[in-house]
Amino acid sequence: MRGIDGPILKSSHLLGTDSLSVSEITDLLDLADGYVALNCAGERKRSLLTGRTLINLFFEPSTRTQSSFELAGKRLGADVLNMSVRTSSISKGETLLDTAATLNAMRPDILVLRHQDAGAAALLSQKVDCSVVNAGDGAHEHPTQALLDALTIRRRRTNFEGLIVTICGDILHSRVARSNIILLSKLGARVRLCAPRTLLPAEAERFGVEIYTDMVEALADADIVMMLRLQLERMAGAFVPSTREYFRFYGLDRDKLAYAKPGALVMHPGPMNRGIEIDSAVADDIEVSVIQEQVEMGVATRMAVLDALARSLPREGRYRP
Amino acid sequence: MTRTAFVNARLLDPASGLDAPGAVLVEKGRISDFGPRLFHDGIPAGAAVVDCNGRALAPGLIDMRVFTGEPGSEHRETLESASRAAAAGGVTTMVVMPNTDPVIDEPSLVDFIHRRAAATARVRVVPMAALTHRLAGETMTEIGLLMEAGAVAFTDGDRTIMNARVMRRALAYASNFGALIVGHAEDSELSRDTAMNEGEFATRLGIPAAPAIAETLIVERDIRLVELTGARYHFGQISTRGALDAITAAKSRGLPISCGVAAHHLALNELDVGAYLTFRKVKPPLRAEADRMAMVEGVASGEIDVIVSSHDPQAADTKRQTFAQAAFGAVGLETLLPAALQLYHNGQAGLLDVFERLTIAPARILGLESGRLACGAPADLVLLDPDEPFRVSAEQLHSRARNTPFEGRTFEGRVHRTYVNGRCVFDRASPRPFDV
Repeated sequence: MRGIDGPILKSSHLLGTDSLSVSEITDLLDLADGYVALNCAGERKRSLLTGRTLINLFFEPSTRTQSSFELAGKRLGADVLNMSVRTSSISKGETLLDTAATLNAMRPDILVLRHQDAGAAALLSQKVDCSVVNAGDGAHEHPTQALLDALTIRRRRTNFEGLIVTICGDILHSRVARSNIILLSKLGARVRLCAPRTLLPAEAERFGVEIYTDMVEALADADIVMMLRLQLERMAGAFVPSTREYFRFYGLDRDKLAYAKPGALVMHPGPMNRGIEIDSAVADDIEVSVIQEQVEMGVATRMAVLDALARSLPREGRYRP
Repeated sequence: MTRTAFVNARLLDPASGLDAPGAVLVEKGRISDFGPRLFHDGIPAGAAVVDCNGRALAPGLIDMRVFTGEPGSEHRETLESASRAAAAGGVTTMVVMPNTDPVIDEPSLVDFIHRRAAATARVRVVPMAALTHRLAGETMTEIGLLMEAGAVAFTDGDRTIMNARVMRRALAYASNFGALIVGHAEDSELSRDTAMNEGEFATRLGIPAAPAIAETLIVERDIRLVELTGARYHFGQISTRGALDAITAAKSRGLPISCGVAAHHLALNELDVGAYLTFRKVKPPLRAEADRMAMVEGVASGEIDVIVSSHDPQAADTKRQTFAQAAFGAVGLETLLPAALQLYHNGQAGLLDVFERLTIAPARILGLESGRLACGAPADLVLLDPDEPFRVSAEQLHSRARNTPFEGRTFEGRVHRTYVNGRCVFDRASPRPFDV
């Protein structure tokens, strides 16, 4: 573990997985591993971020990502402020950048942004003085999700090299899929995508992945099965004809899972639509499902990300009076 | 001053194929004589002399696709501010789109544009009128009365009339009057809520995207409707190889069809969106490199008839947004000529060919008497150095909005003076404002 105290990230922001090097990823995962152990211990509170302010700025509703960033910040001693779109003035016509200017004037150290539009975190990072963490921007990236997924996999499988990871579901609208494709490919995994044609983005094969529309073929010999959430508004005729047809062909049940490698792990970024993309019998089977473990890794991973970013924060205030 | 002699010029006139040293005599706002041998036996007494110092003197540009904010969005651009940008870009005729508030869909509003232009604009302003009321794509406007009021063509601007029945009837009715229809080819269902061109790059950026065939579908539909109705039809701007191929085939069948391309579709491709650069969010979107190359080849071969700026001024607040939420549009009046001249400098098209697409070709499509060096033609002239390099700086633009997609880019081809009706409306050497 290289980065016990030294700098880990070249950038002062975490905007995506695309710009992360393999050594940065590995260092982050090592750091997160340490926080998993720490979180299991009795004394969890640390003082690394004492006196630092973390703002969670969420333009889309989120339960686990927001609470996990909040918990991560608090366990590291930061003051955490949650701002969600319902309580802000965005709905009164204020733009993202107006909000950014307002928040910037409050001099936070780290801003965590979830936004419905691709590129929102990158835009914000150009306009504020603090570190920005992308907690999901449109269908672009969700880097901490990919990191926590990688951590979950790494704790169960020692090596990514040659690992077959099948990502199945609404790839088109999924930032989780994009971040995982990029990050897991960098670590040496073979990534497969499986979805009906309506939910596959154009030229997805250019990511260097294999494309499937038949789930049985996509699952053959898979080590990891990563299911994606199908957004409710995209069912019922728009992208797929019905939820029951979707479940029949793309829902993960025991029958389909039987085609994967024996002992394959099942993952889901949550929240799940039971009976639509995943059958409860699979989701709740602790022999194969690591879905709850992903949530646990989420807190540790976000602590690691905040820790890494804090290392590049100036010790004295960056703001001049 | 009623007589002006432009001497020591390199005359460029694509209409006659002239590219030679020579001179031009302007009397009462019109060209009274021109040519390589003019003034060999002396300059007429009493004429003011403009020494062109060997620079190129060409017909002023006719830009067939200009959006302004007047009336209704004067904070973005007025006819006056757009005309300053036009003059600085060597554009002597701006054809303005009816996409204003209110929409230019009735004769009194065409008259309004003419009167406002006469009172405020430095260059000629030629209005197009809406083809359907309020651009709603449902009922046709008073094409005959609007023509009498001075509308040069009929268009819903950057909106596609999706209803083929409405389009068919509008085309059939327009053909009564020989009216020119200018269409926008972008299937609004395929492109609904999208912000860029579909492909690997949009997939990587996670931006909702529309396929290139959103353009081809409408081009092919409208070609069939032209075949059915006999209307004169111009595609305001195309951006894909598919559209160009369809138009080329239709022309070879003898259909009365022409088309344009925006300068930014010649100079930029989808990769130039880069890290969500909203100043490069345009409609139709920047395309794949193969499509850009097809546009360049189309201009070179003449299958693409005209090059336009598609000048679309947007206020900063509508561009400082996420890519999905940012407004479409880029200003272009001042970069039209240098961006088009890239084709010449890259060896892809001849100098006269580039000028042809910017002057006489739009003049012929619109039935204007300008766009050429000819005795009796209006003295709309641009004096330029086609090789002089400069760097585009948004701060130095003359338009009210500064949303140029070319910030920081180095182009070759610089306008030094612009004349409309023989009057100088722009002089780079003297930045003081001219009274109109």
